[in-house]
Amino acid sequence: MPLVRHRTASRLAAGLALSPALLVLVVVYLGCTAWTVWISLTSSRMLPNSTFVGLRQYASLMGNERWQVSVANLAVFGSLFLIASLALGFLLAVAIDQRVRAENTLRSIFLYPYSMSFIVTGLVWQWLLNPSFGIEKMVRDFGFPSFRFDWIVRQDMVIYTLVFAAVWHAAGLVMAIMLAGLRGIDEDIWKATRIDGLPPWRVYLSIVIPMLGASFATAAVLLATSVVRLYDLSVAMTNGGPGVASEVPAKFVMDHLFERGNLGLATAAATSMLITVAAVVAPWLVWQSRRTRRAHA
Amino acid sequence: MGKLCDVSIRGVEISFGAVRVLDKLDLDVAQSEFIVLLGPSGCGKSTLLNAVAGLIDVQAGQIWIGGKNVTWEEPKDRGIAMVFQSYALYPRMTVRGNMSFGLKVAGMPKPEIERRVNAAAATLQITELLDRRPAELSGGQRQRVAIGRALVRDAGVYLFDEPLSNLDAQLRAELRVEIKRLHQRLAATMIYVTHDQIEALTLADRIAVMKDRVIQQLGTPNEIYRRPANRFVASFVGSPAMNFLPGAFAVKEGAPCFLSEGIAIPLDGYAFEAPPQDGTPVELGIRPEHVEAGGGVPAKIEMIEPMGSDQLAWLRVGGHPLSMRLPAEACTVAGEAMQLRLPADKLNLFDAATGRRL
Amino acid sequence: MTAIATITPAITQPAGMRPRRLTPARIGIYAFLIVTALFFLAPLYVMLVTSLKPMEEIRLGAILALPRAPTLEPWVKAWSAACTGLRCDGISVGFANSVKILVPSVVASIAVGSLTGYALSFWKVRGAGLLFGALMIVAFVPYQIFIYPLVRVFAFAGINNSILGIVLIHTIFGLPTMTLLFRNYFASLPQELFKAARVDGAGFFRIFWSVMLPMATPMLIVAVILQVTGIWNDFILGLIFAGRENLPMTVQLNNIVNSTQGERAYNVDMAATILTALVPLAVYFASGRWFVRGIAAGAVKG
Repeated sequence: MPLVRHRTASRLAAGLALSPALLVLVVVYLGCTAWTVWISLTSSRMLPNSTFVGLRQYASLMGNERWQVSVANLAVFGSLFLIASLALGFLLAVAIDQRVRAENTLRSIFLYPYSMSFIVTGLVWQWLLNPSFGIEKMVRDFGFPSFRFDWIVRQDMVIYTLVFAAVWHAAGLVMAIMLAGLRGIDEDIWKATRIDGLPPWRVYLSIVIPMLGASFATAAVLLATSVVRLYDLSVAMTNGGPGVASEVPAKFVMDHLFERGNLGLATAAATSMLITVAAVVAPWLVWQSRRTRRAHA
Repeated sequence: MGKLCDVSIRGVEISFGAVRVLDKLDLDVAQSEFIVLLGPSGCGKSTLLNAVAGLIDVQAGQIWIGGKNVTWEEPKDRGIAMVFQSYALYPRMTVRGNMSFGLKVAGMPKPEIERRVNAAAATLQITELLDRRPAELSGGQRQRVAIGRALVRDAGVYLFDEPLSNLDAQLRAELRVEIKRLHQRLAATMIYVTHDQIEALTLADRIAVMKDRVIQQLGTPNEIYRRPANRFVASFVGSPAMNFLPGAFAVKEGAPCFLSEGIAIPLDGYAFEAPPQDGTPVELGIRPEHVEAGGGVPAKIEMIEPMGSDQLAWLRVGGHPLSMRLPAEACTVAGEAMQLRLPADKLNLFDAATGRRL
Repeated sequence: MTAIATITPAITQPAGMRPRRLTPARIGIYAFLIVTALFFLAPLYVMLVTSLKPMEEIRLGAILALPRAPTLEPWVKAWSAACTGLRCDGISVGFANSVKILVPSVVASIAVGSLTGYALSFWKVRGAGLLFGALMIVAFVPYQIFIYPLVRVFAFAGINNSILGIVLIHTIFGLPTMTLLFRNYFASLPQELFKAARVDGAGFFRIFWSVMLPMATPMLIVAVILQVTGIWNDFILGLIFAGRENLPMTVQLNNIVNSTQGERAYNVDMAATILTALVPLAVYFASGRWFVRGIAAGAVKG
């Protein structure tokens, strides 16, 4: 029965090939998550212990001023970053779609920041926004001695500088996604709008944007996940400062895991981050799978 | 309904980059006429339609609609409406939204919009679909909505760009009838592009057969069918296709005839347009339904295709295949020999070199 | 839009091409694009220009000015003499480390990812759908959840602070995205190919190696681009798992720049930054259309 043996051999081989993935999924992803969540329910500080304390770590997390600042910063940063990136990316895609010349060059210019690491991005913008050396000094030298652009050293404005840098980094990505969506619109629809005599802004508003729902959603989800992971940018640009004014949750976790030696608090923070991500991503994934299932039906 | 316009295409030239797609084309469409641009893909028919619509620029020449020179006008100012092959419905709007959006943006008062939308929906029998989205409709329904969107514009000229090509055969036949009824009702000027010769023959007042950027023949369906101007038109129009026999023209004892592989077919009674010289290589064309039994041309039946309402017999005449229409009841059998008669008044003679009708 | 705004003699009728006018809308679009392009290019320009200036010029300010006495000295210093913590051997150390980390990580993550994607797409394994779904979900989870347990496990296994450790980490965290990529790609190939190979008698690995992998060249290119960019630009994982001897370039860069006391040598910092950004930038410019394909493929999750 060589065929049957062949079949079983292939089945085993497939199982073997999938075992790393399975291992990673179970051991790393599930296992580590479970371990982290467990620690967050104990009173571990420098070293882990198994004293179960329920949700006490989460309570102290909520009351921790640094954490509150982190979360508030992330909320402000996240919403501004999302809106600005989506808007700028969309406008760039629309502009490029107008059959402009040098399209490839322009696309390359808008997309290259996305290829650079957040550390590089953060450092570059740290210099540009440096008051004594960057834009403020330059404009002052031009003849506006009272010009101020020292947001990066002001506690109340520093978070907005992070938004600048992040939008510079990500707008190209949004543009690429939107452009693909725009190019997917049937040419006959554009012809129909010309015959209907619709002004271009009306076409984009009432017809194109509704049709691009999936592209917007994809871009938004990608941006949102990078918002929660925000760490490198904060470290490189301002190192959380001045003070803790540009502190972010990921940095909070890292600092408390290593430097400040408070495992319980750090893991509680990490778990909170996880819950937030799940809340954003889960509905989108469900919606996506329902869409693909309907498409295949 | 709206003002009825005529269309005049004068000396139009269209190029895409270095490629010349239409060359000094002239065409006049009368008021209320239904003209079909018929041809294979790449012949320039869609390009011409888009130029009339104003969607592409012409490099030279003029386009007049309703006595007005619209060569530089935007599509919305030309008084036209257009129906596309892919329907081009706005996916996120309801049927009502699709039909009313252009009018709304143009600032038309709401009651007038309502009136028009309801009237068009009634004409096309899509009133129950008004609140649905395009994704929920079938292909035939979507095309009706597309036609409805064109109707509400109350245009002077309606342009159709292969509207039925995306539908299956049965739907195509249904909507074809609807479009003809629509034309009778509205008496509007319609320019219709298709590659389907059946659509052309059934719908058109006149057909412009196009190939290689040039109008090969402009005439009524009858003229096109019975007196094709060249070999291409003869072979493109008519199904099953016309038979062609290669041979030569000769004058035998004062009488014109067609010679091929030992067969002589008399040509008395054939209406020559340009009588050729003795010995010119020609092609003889005859439609399957015009081949008669009982004459002086020997043939052998090779195969019979039953087609429901009749039969199509494939014969060999002088070494060349020839198809012939037979009634369904005829008891002919493959392998039989037959004598055929090819009546001169039903023949079509084409110059073998140029394809022109002789 | 009625015809011309200029005076038209009554005899001349519109014919031929419409007069092409530069409408305000078109000017606006170009203006928007050009201004935004300058905004995007400015940082790169400033970095380049500053890295070529001696410190005296930098102290004067004027970040947009071209160097009056251009010098490559900052570059030399950045490469071989800048101080990262205790060592002052320049960022070349980081470069070497990054390469040592990059190559095995890219190979390993793509190998495992492509094999897993292949297994999930053609072979009807029980629970394949579930596994794939789980991998998709997990791709979104932030790293912070896994860090402590992984550090402990690696320390226990003795591979903490080693190249092997960081390569393993990159493979693990690259698995979801790579599997997604290849599985979606293989799913778009005709099933007949696979069936024909099986009829020919080829087994699991044979089909993968001889039939599917050669056909997956476009996706391999995309995967390489994504992984090279992602792994080279990584900071947090390299910081934790690579160990002080093997810190990647991004970490070294941050050390050089952000831990200097006294006056910052901006030109050296900028040179170091450009050096760090060079590899992904080169990949980006060399790959052209492929980079965008990579984004599109990575963006389509499921």
